[in-house]
Amino acid sequence: MAIKPLVTKDFATENLVQLKVYERTGGYTGYKKALEMQPDALVEEVKKSGLRGRGGAGFPTGNKWSFLPKGVYPRYLVCNADESEPGTFKDRYLIEKSPHQVLEGILIASYAIGCNLAFIYIRGEYLPQHDALETAIAEAREAGYIGKNVFGKGYDIDVILHRGAGAYICGEETALLTSLEGYRGEPRLKPPFPAIKGLYGKPTVVNNVETVVNLPHIVNNGADWFKSIGTPTGAGTRVWCMSGHVNRPGNYEVENGTPIRELIEEHGGGVWKNRKLKAFQPGGASMMVLLPEHLDVGLDFDAIAKAGSLAGAGAMVVMDETTCMVDAARRYVKFFHHESCGKCTPCREGTFWMANIFDAMEAGEAKPADIDLLLEIGYGIDGRSFCPLGDASTWFPRSVIKFFRDEFQQHIAEKGCPFKKQPQEAVA
Amino acid sequence: MPLAKSTADHIKDLAQRYPSKQSAIIPALWAVQHEQGYVTPEAMAEIAEHLGLPASLIEATASFYSMFLTKPEGRHEVVICVNAPCMLRGADEMTAYLGRALGVRDGGTTADGAITWHSTIECLGACGGAPMMQVDHQFEENLTEERIDAIIERLRQPVAVAAPAPAAASERPKRKAPAPRRTRSES
Ligand SMILES: Cc1cc2nc3c(=O)[nH]c(=O)nc-3n(C[C@H](O)[C@H](O)[C@H](O)COP(=O)(O)O)c2cc1C
Ligand code: SF4
Ligand code: FES
Repeated sequence: MAIKPLVTKDFATENLVQLKVYERTGGYTGYKKALEMQPDALVEEVKKSGLRGRGGAGFPTGNKWSFLPKGVYPRYLVCNADESEPGTFKDRYLIEKSPHQVLEGILIASYAIGCNLAFIYIRGEYLPQHDALETAIAEAREAGYIGKNVFGKGYDIDVILHRGAGAYICGEETALLTSLEGYRGEPRLKPPFPAIKGLYGKPTVVNNVETVVNLPHIVNNGADWFKSIGTPTGAGTRVWCMSGHVNRPGNYEVENGTPIRELIEEHGGGVWKNRKLKAFQPGGASMMVLLPEHLDVGLDFDAIAKAGSLAGAGAMVVMDETTCMVDAARRYVKFFHHESCGKCTPCREGTFWMANIFDAMEAGEAKPADIDLLLEIGYGIDGRSFCPLGDASTWFPRSVIKFFRDEFQQHIAEKGCPFKKQPQEAVA
Repeated sequence: MPLAKSTADHIKDLAQRYPSKQSAIIPALWAVQHEQGYVTPEAMAEIAEHLGLPASLIEATASFYSMFLTKPEGRHEVVICVNAPCMLRGADEMTAYLGRALGVRDGGTTADGAITWHSTIECLGACGGAPMMQVDHQFEENLTEERIDAIIERLRQPVAVAAPAPAAASERPKRKAPAPRRTRSES
């Protein structure tokens, strides 16, 4: 399949972070064009484009915008730059390389939904990226893209950059809004959805960084053009974050529908050290493991879901034949335990018990019954948690038990990790 | 220690910036940590005063977020990621090496007060450059033992007296040592 980089097409341009350079590559023409349109027409155009959210759930962006109740103001746009899903680092890259593209996307979305105050919520650890955005906002304000009565169109817009302080759960949209309001970042009950009752109780749209960077291109080239890229239910491209056992890890933008094999073998240069592929995990820490037999699945929300996993936030973690699947699952489970906000019992307690059993597995202290106990705990969490963090904490470990049960049995029989030759210093 | 006037003024400005002054709590905590290196109960009381909110509210928020420090740490902060994508590319070995090279355990501070380090299970968003760590929130990727040595040597340099103050927004924050229930690596 032809590779058509879209949002990363100018990333080789030197000093793209500077406003003048960004403008030279066609930057802010989408915003200017958008300002000539009626906001409702803009929403329709994005709906027609088939753009789906890149933050994890793949919700159609234009539809989300059109849920805002008529006539209720103020309304807010919040750009989710909290990127903390283990295995993902695309939003960081998009911000670092072209902060103005992110900003232009935010300005277009804000205008479309009738928002006069937009927020960017960026994770606390992304300090250099925070600073890049701050500079970009100052430049855009200076150039008149942000401010009162933009280009004499009677449209006012301001953007506040807000820095998080270390909590994965704040990437979940309701927890993010709670955090932005100054509280502890715990999720809220949905419904009401943020579109109805979001930030400060007002209609709010939360969109991911990668979602908004598509907007200038959709406005410039039209919905039909965008729809012609990718698959029927997955228009456009995605930036995949490839990590693990490949020769060239990194971010790669490919057209939706491109086979996973092409991403791993051509872009990533294949499995490193001439080893064999054991498994890979699309989507991020939450998502189910896939096997070499799935290499021909297309990179697309629906195709990956059909194969038994989820495209999620666009991670691709590659594992070679030497990988201890039990230890990989252990890290993720410990991550979810660490990040559980503690609000509901299935997640708070369940992730604790799963983490204990995984530690026992690695330490050689697990019992044969522990494998099924893990499944049982997983069953007790999934579908019974207050927010998707709890549910998702069980998906990868359960899929690993399904496909690699023998590795668990080996850990128990051999009283320790069969992949580690000498005793390891305990980590994490 | 009362806050510097510039920090106090900044906090009062923040209260005006947001539709709700409560939204200014996290930025205010960052401002305090930037000035003082960590966040004391006295500083939180002062934030409360400037924002016109009860101090209990500031404390409730601050204690939720792992990046706010409650006690002083080394001049530099080193955080190394040990989540699965980093593990696949040798993060455990680099973590063990870092601990040996610094001569202190995970979570500790070197005797000269230069460096506090810890491992983290939180992905830091650089799995493509694993193994990786953050040094005062700057990314250091594709670590090797030699690179770690070079970074440590740089951090151990005594602070230049006339170092320019960092830009207002670029706090060089330190991260709070995780709560005790959180397991840490022992190397
Ligand atoms: C535990 C959890 C963490 C999340 N983290 C993020 C994140 O870091 N960034 C993000 O954009 N979306 C994240 N999401 C998804 C958001 O809730 C939300 O769906 C998304 O920001 C909507 O934007 P989109 O429609 O543009 O995808 C997370 C969801 C959950 C349940
Ligand atoms: S599922 Fe976990 S993260 Fe979500 S509300 Fe419950 S305890 Fe908090
Ligand atoms: S897992 Fe270590 S940076 Fe992502």
